[in-house]
Amino acid sequence: MSAPEFNASCPLPIQQYPHVLMAHGGGGKLMHQLLENVFGQAFSNPILDARHDSAQFTVPVGKLAMTTDSYVVRPIFFPGGDIGSMAIHGTVNDLAMSGARPLYLSCGFIIEEGLPMETLWRVVCSMRDAAQRCGVQIVTGDTKVVDKGKGDGLYINTTGIGVIEHSLNIVPTSVQPGDAVIVSGDLGRHGMAIMAVREGLQFESTIESDSAPVREPVRALIKAGIEVRCLRDLTRGGLASALNEIAAAAGVKIAIEHQAVPVREDVHAACEMLGLDPLHVANEGRFVAFVAAQDAERAVNILKRHAVSTNAALIGRVVEQAAPLVTVRSAIGASRILDMPSGEQLPRIC
Amino acid sequence: MKFLDEYRDGDLAQKFAREIHRITTKPWTIMEVCGGQTHAIVKFGIDELLPKQITLIHGPGCPVCVTPLEVIDKALEIAAKPGVIFTSFGDMLRVPGSTTDLLSVKAKGGDVRMIYSPLDAVKLAEQNPTKEVVFFGVGFETTAPATAMAVFQAAQKELKNFSMLVSHVLVPPAIEALMSSPNCRVQAFLAAGHVCTVMGYEEYPPLAAKYHVPIVVTGFEPLDILHGILMTVQQLESRRAEVENQYARSVRREGNQPAQELIKKVFQVVPRKWRGVGEIPQSGMGLAEGYAAFDAERKFGVADRRVDEPADCIAGLILQGLKKPHECPAFGGKCTPEHPLGATMVSSEGACAAYYRYRRHTVADTALTK
Repeated sequence: MSAPEFNASCPLPIQQYPHVLMAHGGGGKLMHQLLENVFGQAFSNPILDARHDSAQFTVPVGKLAMTTDSYVVRPIFFPGGDIGSMAIHGTVNDLAMSGARPLYLSCGFIIEEGLPMETLWRVVCSMRDAAQRCGVQIVTGDTKVVDKGKGDGLYINTTGIGVIEHSLNIVPTSVQPGDAVIVSGDLGRHGMAIMAVREGLQFESTIESDSAPVREPVRALIKAGIEVRCLRDLTRGGLASALNEIAAAAGVKIAIEHQAVPVREDVHAACEMLGLDPLHVANEGRFVAFVAAQDAERAVNILKRHAVSTNAALIGRVVEQAAPLVTVRSAIGASRILDMPSGEQLPRIC
Repeated sequence: MKFLDEYRDGDLAQKFAREIHRITTKPWTIMEVCGGQTHAIVKFGIDELLPKQITLIHGPGCPVCVTPLEVIDKALEIAAKPGVIFTSFGDMLRVPGSTTDLLSVKAKGGDVRMIYSPLDAVKLAEQNPTKEVVFFGVGFETTAPATAMAVFQAAQKELKNFSMLVSHVLVPPAIEALMSSPNCRVQAFLAAGHVCTVMGYEEYPPLAAKYHVPIVVTGFEPLDILHGILMTVQQLESRRAEVENQYARSVRREGNQPAQELIKKVFQVVPRKWRGVGEIPQSGMGLAEGYAAFDAERKFGVADRRVDEPADCIAGLILQGLKKPHECPAFGGKCTPEHPLGATMVSSEGACAAYYRYRRHTVADTALTK
């Protein structure tokens, strides 16, 4: 018999059942096996390994940040990522938007009966790897199994706690007239990647999701002493929603230049074809930063040094304290409102 | 992006605008027929570059907006039936019928699916032989070849579980109806480039001659539209009323003949009600007798539904160019894209939605009411 081959990918722990059954959420032996062999094995760390009803840990002195998000993306695996890595990146990114260093995550799984065990294992491995890259530990969790047809394969919720180790007040109300508006990279990749696979659109090239952690470039901005006023993750609703939310919270008018907003050519083409606006499309590894005017250029240069934000660009300014409004100057030089999308983005007929 | 950026060049746009300013000596009222053009005009702020004497009126060229309430109600009724997979282009899903919309029917358990090509609906019918697959075939001449192809293929495949709710409309009869109205203020038309890509523009010279209006076949990018307006104003200022083709990179005089042949084979010209406008003779397309088996109205027994349009929506006046969206008392208050009273607020090509989305901060300005 030859020696077992070395396998760099995640071998699925031996399971009696190839699919998740209702009993895996029933509190008995099967559930115990699932927790031990899948989650326990992948996420192992001293806090989780204590196997208690609640995780216990000491926290550093100072301010904490906390956030929660649920992940229901379909399909579970998509070009550039999967629901597992997204569930880590998304929550760690929300913490980063306070300039917080992520410490601990909880994760809740809602699994539809019949999900292949191999699929669950791939997702869990992806979460483990993403958590390692982000320097965050998964310290507690929950698993529920729902009847076939009552879920969409797999839903994940993650809650994150992070520590704020700076003295800036990074919130929308810190935004002031004159502040520079910077995006951390090209927009719309995640939304178009998902739409392309979900709707079976065949584009010439595969658009990959931008799902990635953005903690490092944010840390670099703060470390360099950039006067960061506000940060916002550009997820659903895209840049348009983020800017409108901040304009409303801060009571300011924001003006951006359409030409300055980076959008990759393939994403632009897909959006044009479907009648969508890249400024409305979702991202999973992009943020908008409001920084003091005098720091704008330096901030962009710092962001450009990190792979995840190498396409960062200054796109506009906070104009004045005024009734909340976001305007965008078009390619031909005229101004218009940049509104939040209403409801789902629907492709146009013609 | 190639084939796009060169038609959005800011310097060239300014050059066109300066030339339009230079030659304009009188007030002129020009209608852009197509909703795609309205969308581009408002999105790029093209009208802000024009001299005050030029008024753009947004025409009835948004297929979502002109689909009458009773057809939407028929769609809602069919989509709610068990065993039906109801398929539609995306922006029809949010259009309100008398009581609800397709997205709400979906939320209540109806199998409503957004598709990108009518042929996908044919595929769905093949894959789901125990279901009835219905496609909502709306649009102008632009989308007609694709819907015709779906019916044609379904017939070839002898599919018994595929049908289509057809509400296709035609542009030239609408222009004729507008021009023959005593209230008409329109002095020239930008004809819809993509409609003409399919149909050509041989139907237009008689209209231009009869009503003495310049008609310029125009594209959809900012430079196309500015160029189209320039050509129109040149004609108006020199009292010409001809048919010209600005969009020559896409449109030939005779159009796309194989597409036209397919349309003629599958569809027949019928009278059609337009939302907010009323019935226009010979202005629509329905399935030809040979394809009647694919008519969803007959299959599901909804052909006789009649619904009146709501009174507090002035979409009709807007589609006829008699009012601007912000002149409606409901605009931005009772009527928003989240709670639309009429279809012009629903579709991104609708004049009301375009104004709401891009303009509501300046609607008090004279720039819009010039």
